[in-house]
Amino acid sequence: MAPYESDDSTGAAQADDELRAERRRKAARYVVPVAVVGVAAATIGLVPALADSGDPNLPKITAQELINKIAKSDVQQLSGTVKISTDLGLPDLGGLESSLLSGATQGSGDGSSADPSAKLTELASGTHTLRVAADGPEKQKVSLLESGAEYSLIHNGTNVWGYDSKSNEVYHSTVADSGKAERHEPPATPKDFADEILKSVDGTTSVTVDGTAQVAGRDAYRLVIKPKQSGTTVGAISIAVDAKTGTPLKFTLTPSSGGAAVIDAGYTQVSFAEPAASTFEFTPPKGAKVTEGDETGKAGKSGGNGKADGWDKGGKPSEAPDHGSAKGLGKDGFDVLGKGWNSIAVLDSGSKGGLPTGSASGGGDLSGFLGSLGDPVSGKFGKGTVFSTRLINALITDNGKVYVGAVDKAALVKAANAG
Amino acid sequence: MSQADVAVAEGAAGVGGAAGTAVRPSPLWTLGLLRSELVTTLRRWRTLALLGVLAAVPILVGISVKIETSGDGQAGRGGGGGPAFISQITNNGLFLVFTALAATLPFFLPMAVGVVAGDAIAGEANAGTLRYLLVAPAGRTRLLLTKYATTMAFCLLATLVVAASALAVGALLFPLGGLTTISGTQISFTEGLGRALLIALVVAASLTGIAALGLFVSTLTNSGIAAMATTVGLLITVQILDQIPQLHALQPYFFSHYWLSFADLMRDPVYWDDLVKNLELQTLYAAVFGSAAWARFTTKDITA
Repeated sequence: MAPYESDDSTGAAQADDELRAERRRKAARYVVPVAVVGVAAATIGLVPALADSGDPNLPKITAQELINKIAKSDVQQLSGTVKISTDLGLPDLGGLESSLLSGATQGSGDGSSADPSAKLTELASGTHTLRVAADGPEKQKVSLLESGAEYSLIHNGTNVWGYDSKSNEVYHSTVADSGKAERHEPPATPKDFADEILKSVDGTTSVTVDGTAQVAGRDAYRLVIKPKQSGTTVGAISIAVDAKTGTPLKFTLTPSSGGAAVIDAGYTQVSFAEPAASTFEFTPPKGAKVTEGDETGKAGKSGGNGKADGWDKGGKPSEAPDHGSAKGLGKDGFDVLGKGWNSIAVLDSGSKGGLPTGSASGGGDLSGFLGSLGDPVSGKFGKGTVFSTRLINALITDNGKVYVGAVDKAALVKAANAG
Repeated sequence: MSQADVAVAEGAAGVGGAAGTAVRPSPLWTLGLLRSELVTTLRRWRTLALLGVLAAVPILVGISVKIETSGDGQAGRGGGGGPAFISQITNNGLFLVFTALAATLPFFLPMAVGVVAGDAIAGEANAGTLRYLLVAPAGRTRLLLTKYATTMAFCLLATLVVAASALAVGALLFPLGGLTTISGTQISFTEGLGRALLIALVVAASLTGIAALGLFVSTLTNSGIAAMATTVGLLITVQILDQIPQLHALQPYFFSHYWLSFADLMRDPVYWDDLVKNLELQTLYAAVFGSAAWARFTTKDITA
């Protein structure tokens, strides 16, 4: 019996071994999918790190030379993709927010979804992909890429077309006087930009060249602009300037409170070749609803303003915001207090009681709601409400004055007390 | 019907002949296997019904847009809701192709593919025919590849059915001609047709990921119904997860995340970034789940 038993046990052990080997052989096959996952994960993790071959080596340059380079740059033809992220820290109201914003700029608008002022205010929050193309001062195009749709703003000669492919609506206006056309300089045309920069280089600003960077596969210098004054919400502005052409490629504005950039706009792809002529040609598709910007008179005018905003936001990611806004407001007849980065625009809304804190007149629920978004403050000027974003703060006093600026709350109250 | 029968008979003859003469199956043998698989799949009533449903979607969309706009000749006025491109259909019937694909890609097309892929192995096991298929000297790897190729062919066929039906309905109900891209530029009708074909191919390629996933699920179970339900269930789950903003870090890795990027082909110039990401992602899914299906199928005990 014993031998048999031992025979049996060795046989069983052999079978066991075979089974184990078999099982191992089977398990080994699962290594293949696991390896594929591993390789993919490694590729995703490592390729960007490997591609980031460090900052390019470029000859040293001073800030002044770099600014001159920007000013001298005469890039007329350009096309590329711009990614723009804005995080103003506005309360997230979803669709309500954009409708409020467009309502604000559009005023008594005509309601066409192809109206540039209605559309480009979308850029005020979130991340968007834009395509820009320019061929001289007469032909420009900006397209806002949406999921399965696109909004295009085309300037060709005297015509300005807005085309919203989602709703198949067209907005058309004409740029009659050429002086105005000059104002709508192409996106990322360095001239406007350089002007703004040079304006900001005064006693209140420090401008330095902070190394180099790679933007959209091109070597670039980094120009860093920092306000010397305290009290402003602007932390630093960093601009990547193409080393060859002097075109600004990336614009980042970080707030003094830290955290993510308020505005981050940069090319992800750029080419200085001549864009195809067909890019700038537009005929309204059959059946599309066409809104004439000029017919609507006043609304058309406000559309025009919105458009200028759009160019600024979209393509000229470059304008120092406080100067831009201060200048814009100043033009329209508002008072500007302070100078440089601490400029505060003051306007009198005329409505006594300002933005009421509930008790005033019959403002009702809406004002109560708006009031709840701000912080109540008081000072020598009386009482008021401060509305904060990460960049722009506004103080609306109960006697109807509005103080707006890229400054912190204390500076606004101080200005209100003084004025 | 009779033609198909002949095809099967030929396939069977090919099998017999090759098995008789050589131990190592020739490449022709694989073609024979593929052909018989294709014919079996396409002759199933459920496959035909799926294709019928897919063909009906553009008809439905086309007729409703026609009725809706017969008054004022404007679709989607003011709203801009509905699937992509729907407001342009009245201008150009070709846009019905894009609208139909945009409408069927999130659910109908992948569901049909999920049914066919889930059924591929588990259905055979369920019907008790899998072991007979394996008795023939084809080898499991070859059988699996054939099954995957059949599923891919179905992806392409299903997409082309939607596109062709949409083109026919679009040509009947709406004007054709040169069209405006969503970037506002004009392209000729021929180029538009070319882009439509390219879009159909991209849509078919977008389905390779879920096809591989379905095939893997199919090797896990012996119940065809269970495999189909799991695949379609996974599809719905992923579609829902893709809508949750808190998961945005994961979303670029969902197989359905870049599906609608095919619309980028209608921009001028074409915006390739998302299209390329989509194709890379589909390749990755096909590689991972294809090899997992292979690991499972070549090692499992076939009991049915």
